[in-house]
Amino acid sequence: MPRDGAIIEINHVIKTYVMGDVEVHALRGVSLSVDRGEFVAIMGASGSGKSTFMNIAGCLDVPTKGDYFLDGVSVAGLDRDKLARIRNEKIGFVFQGFNLLSRTSALENVELPMFYRSVSNKTRKEKAMEALRIVGLGDRYEHMPNQLSGGQQQRVAIARALVNDPSIILADEPTGNLDSRTSVEVMEIFQQLNEKGITVMLVTHESDIAEYAKRNVVFKDGRVKKDFAVANRRVAKEQLELMPVSVDDDEEQAA
Amino acid sequence: MNVLNILKVSMRSLGRNKLRSFLTMLGIIIGVGAVIAMMAVGEGAEFSIKQQIASLGTNVLLIFPGSLNQGGVRTGTGSVTTMNADDLTAIQTQCPSVQMAAPVIGTGGQLIYGQQNWGTRITGSNPEYFDIRSWPLSNGQYFTEADVRSATKVCVLGQTVVDNLFKGSDPVGTVIRVKSMPFKVVGVLSPKGQSAQGQDQDDIVVAPYTTVQKKMMGVTYLGIIMASAVSEAAMDDAQNQITQLIRVRHKIQPWEDNDFTVRSQTEIANAASATTKVLTILLASIASISLLVGGIGIMNIMLVSVTERTREIGIRMSIGARGRDILFQFLVEAFVLSMAGGLIGVILGVGSSNLISKLAGWPTLVAPTAVGLAFLFAAAVGIFFGFYPARKAAMLNPIDALRYE
Repeated sequence: MPRDGAIIEINHVIKTYVMGDVEVHALRGVSLSVDRGEFVAIMGASGSGKSTFMNIAGCLDVPTKGDYFLDGVSVAGLDRDKLARIRNEKIGFVFQGFNLLSRTSALENVELPMFYRSVSNKTRKEKAMEALRIVGLGDRYEHMPNQLSGGQQQRVAIARALVNDPSIILADEPTGNLDSRTSVEVMEIFQQLNEKGITVMLVTHESDIAEYAKRNVVFKDGRVKKDFAVANRRVAKEQLELMPVSVDDDEEQAA
Repeated sequence: MNVLNILKVSMRSLGRNKLRSFLTMLGIIIGVGAVIAMMAVGEGAEFSIKQQIASLGTNVLLIFPGSLNQGGVRTGTGSVTTMNADDLTAIQTQCPSVQMAAPVIGTGGQLIYGQQNWGTRITGSNPEYFDIRSWPLSNGQYFTEADVRSATKVCVLGQTVVDNLFKGSDPVGTVIRVKSMPFKVVGVLSPKGQSAQGQDQDDIVVAPYTTVQKKMMGVTYLGIIMASAVSEAAMDDAQNQITQLIRVRHKIQPWEDNDFTVRSQTEIANAASATTKVLTILLASIASISLLVGGIGIMNIMLVSVTERTREIGIRMSIGARGRDILFQFLVEAFVLSMAGGLIGVILGVGSSNLISKLAGWPTLVAPTAVGLAFLFAAAVGIFFGFYPARKAAMLNPIDALRYE
C-alpha cells in the first residue's frame, strides 16, 4: 500500500519493449516516491529511460512489471479507458512541442480536458478563463496558437494542464523548444504553481533548468542513479531580473 | 463529451477543409440523387402504366381466340376464327357473373373526308363496348343496338381521327368514307391518351361489329370478346363461367386444350407493372452502386484525415479522451458528411426528376419511401465506411500518436 501523502509511489517498475527480435530494457527496476507539493526534475541522457518513466508516470503506458500508485490508486493493471479517465482527472501534461490543437483558440484548447468529463458549458468557460489568467494570458484567450509566441503557447499548455485540478503536473522537456529567457519565464510559472501546492514533475536534460526544481532524480540505463535535493535552488523571478528585458520576443510577436 | 460538442467539433473540422468535404460528399450527393431520380422515373413509369391499364376499363376480361393445332403445328393466338356472335350472346346471357360483353373485330383502313384522308384502325363492336371501357363521348351519341342488328353504316370517331380529318369543323352528322364506303359520323369519343403499350387509343373508328364483319371484311367470326364482371370480386367466377361456357359451346373434349384464352385486365396490368418494377430495381441498383462508391470515398478521406490528425488524436488521448470518444468523433464526422451529402442529394434527386419530366416528358413520381430509403442508405453508408477509419483512430497508442510527425 502507498504511503500517506505520496502522490506517486512507484515500486520496482520494469518496462521491456520487444522490437522485432530484440528486447529493449527501458526500465530495469525503478522505485520512486513523490510527495504532495514536491517539485521534481527528472534528468538523464537520451536512452536513460526517463521518457519511458514519464510515460508510465503519466499513465500513457503501463509497466511490464511492478506497482504504481497514483494518488492512492493502483494504476498498473488498468485498461485503456480507465487510464484515460485517470489522465483526465489526475494528470496535467505539458509537452516539449506544446501540443496545442491548431486553429483552435487558446480558450478552447484549455477547455479541451473538460470536454471529456461532464462539466457544464458555463463552468467550463469560467474554469478555462481562470486557468489562462493564472498563466498570465487572460487577455489572449481568443488567439489561435499560430498567433502566439512559443512561450505563450507553452503557457496555454500549462493552463490546459491545470484546468482539471490535477494531482500532478507532468512536463516533458517543457523548455526544449524555447529560448533561454522564455524558458525561465515558463519555469517561473511552474515555481509559482508549486508554491500554491501543486506537485510538479518535469523531465529535462538541461541541468540549469533542473536547478529550478526542489529535487533532482537522475536516470541512467533504466535505473535511478542519483536522487538528491537541490542545494542552491534557482528562483526564476530573480533570474529574470538579471536578464536583459529590452528584447521581448513574446510581446513583439504577439503585437 | 456530449453529442452537441462532438457535433460542433466535427462540423468545424469539416469546415476547415471545405473543398475536400464537399468533394467527399459529392459521391454521396450523386449517389442519393441518382437513386431518387432513377426510382422516380421507374415509379412514374409504373404509375402511368397502371393508369393506362385502368383506362382500358375496370373488371374487364378479354377472351382471345386460341391457337390451332394442325398435325402438331401450333399457330399463334388469334389464328383461329372459332369465336362468333353466338358465343357473345351466350356470354351475355348465360354467365351470371358477367355484366356486359362486347366483341372486338378490327381491320385497318383509309378514311376520307373532303380533302383529308387518314389511315386508322376500324373497330367493330356494340354499344356496350363504350361502357366496358368507360369511354364517354365528347360530342354526339353512340350508335345503338338497332344499328348493330341492321348493320348500319354509322361510326363513332376517336379524337385523333377527328383532329386529322376535320381540322376544327364539327364531325357529327357528316358522312365520311371508310374504305370507300360512306359512314355517317354519330359521335366523337373523349380523348383517352396512350395505352400501356404506347398506342394512341384515340386513333380509332368504332362502328357496329356487324357492319365491319359483313360489309368490310366479309367474315362471321369475332376477334376478341371483352366482358366485364359484375364486381372485382366476381372476376374469378366470371372467368370460370366463361371458360366452361365456351368449352361446351366449342365442343372441346376434357383432354383437349382450350381454343381460346381468358385473360383479365389485372393480369396484364400485373405483367406490365412487374416489368417496370424490374426496371426500377435495375435503375436503382445501378444508382446505388454510385452511393457505394461515394461511401468508399468517405472512407478514403476519413483514413487520410485520421493520419493527418494523428497528433491531435494523441493530444486528445493524453488529456483524457477514451478510445470511444475518439471513435465517436470520427464516426460523427463521417456521419455528418454522409447526411449532408444525403440531404443535398435528396434535393438534387427531386429537382432532377422534375427536370426529367419537364424536359423529356417522362412521367416521374418521387415516392417518399424512395427518398427516405436513399437517405437512410446514405446514413448507413456513412456509418459503415466511417467505422473502420474511426476505429483505427480510436485504437491508436497515445504515445505513438503524440510522437507522430
